[in-house]
Amino acid sequence: MANVIEHHRHIIDFTLSSLLRRKGKNGALLLVYAVIVFILASVLFFSHALRREANLALSESPEIIVQRTMAGRYQTVPIFWSDRIRTINGVISVRPRLWGYQYDSVFQANYTLTVPAEHPPEPGSIDIGSGISRMRGAYPGDIISFAGHDGLPRSFTIRNVIDHESELLTSDLILLSDKDYRDFSGIPADQATDLTLRVRNPREYSTIAEKITRMFPEARPILRTEILRTYDALFGWRSGLIIVIFSAAIFAFAVFAWDKATGLSAEERREIGILKAVGWETSDILLMKFWEGIVLSLTAFLVGTILAYAHVFYTSVALFAPVLKGWSTLYPVFRLTPFIDLGQVATLFFLTVVPYTVTTIIPSWRAATIDPDAVMR
Amino acid sequence: MAQRRSTIYLGVTATLVLLLVGMFLYASNVVRTSRPLFARKTALVRQLQLTDLCLFTEASYTRHVSMTDISTPFQDSPMSLEHFPTGALVEPPFHLVRNHGQRD
Repeated sequence: MANVIEHHRHIIDFTLSSLLRRKGKNGALLLVYAVIVFILASVLFFSHALRREANLALSESPEIIVQRTMAGRYQTVPIFWSDRIRTINGVISVRPRLWGYQYDSVFQANYTLTVPAEHPPEPGSIDIGSGISRMRGAYPGDIISFAGHDGLPRSFTIRNVIDHESELLTSDLILLSDKDYRDFSGIPADQATDLTLRVRNPREYSTIAEKITRMFPEARPILRTEILRTYDALFGWRSGLIIVIFSAAIFAFAVFAWDKATGLSAEERREIGILKAVGWETSDILLMKFWEGIVLSLTAFLVGTILAYAHVFYTSVALFAPVLKGWSTLYPVFRLTPFIDLGQVATLFFLTVVPYTVTTIIPSWRAATIDPDAVMR
Repeated sequence: MAQRRSTIYLGVTATLVLLLVGMFLYASNVVRTSRPLFARKTALVRQLQLTDLCLFTEASYTRHVSMTDISTPFQDSPMSLEHFPTGALVEPPFHLVRNHGQRD
């Protein structure tokens, strides 16, 4: 056993010397390889952590939401719908929900205004998300004014800033009372933005949704399971972010594989010929090439994955932030909980380390099986 | 005496592997201890009746991805193309695609 280990260590010594003789080329290869792994691992860590975060946090979102559309556009829902929907078997409660958007032209930011189901602020006061507080430098006790639906300004006193820990849910929220929201938005007292339902049995969601659409053909029910599924697939393989990054990575790997599979450089061929001439076995040469592939690909995998972890969970995906922000000026500052899917890490390992190592060995095997004299010529 | 190259390489690789394993163990510990945090978040979601993560704030259909409809991304004209970058990042909600034509 000790002999086997010593044999491998000699081969590794020789492989490292051989790699260091072409340190410029191999250094660049290692760098590019590690960057590709870093980007792929960052996307995988980020999308998985976000999916889990959404899945846990939104598990208490409304069970069914009923909206109304007309010519493909949202309309407010008449509150009398609630009474009809409440008669459906299995529906425990129906509650009108008030929410909407407000564009702040001074800060060029969009806010989400909503009336909480429980403990709303008193009329004249609001609670704001920590993103708004940070952007506007606004704190409890300050007064904020917005122009309402009629163009007249309304002033609100800030009661609270919502806790920073929930910023991924509440960064852009403004919470206000039912009375203030109706006065601000102009929604009449007999209308609501949409309706939220509580249902006794989760297996009845789709049956109840069907009954609602039969009752009101213009109704558009959205189930909690559909909300959760939206976030399951948010960064699926067809989404722009994944397609762009994965196609760039696949292209880069194709270049690597092509470079390796199309053969060895004259210098590498001569090296194999000399090793054969001085008595190396074909198996030793393949072992050397195996270690060469492992040294580059495993190091790139380890460095890329570790840096990706730090990037996603310690810097809040700082490098992707410009893409995620788009044109928005109000963006949450959040730290994701490090949910890691070990299956994804294993897949990344097999997709990055194994193909490179195999494509390193195959051309060397071809060169190592022919006569040393012919190889060196 | 200078260290053998294989000793240095195996030492560095072992350190990186330990770092990676340590990171994953630390992550699983953080996940375990963040249960109270998620309990507070779900209570907030229930209180405010929230449906979406506040990940993008530039357009309504990416701010509330699960609530969006087919028409909104095209705004006011059939020839008006998608002009918010985040709209190109995310997939449309599955139920929107499946139910198109049935309910919209």
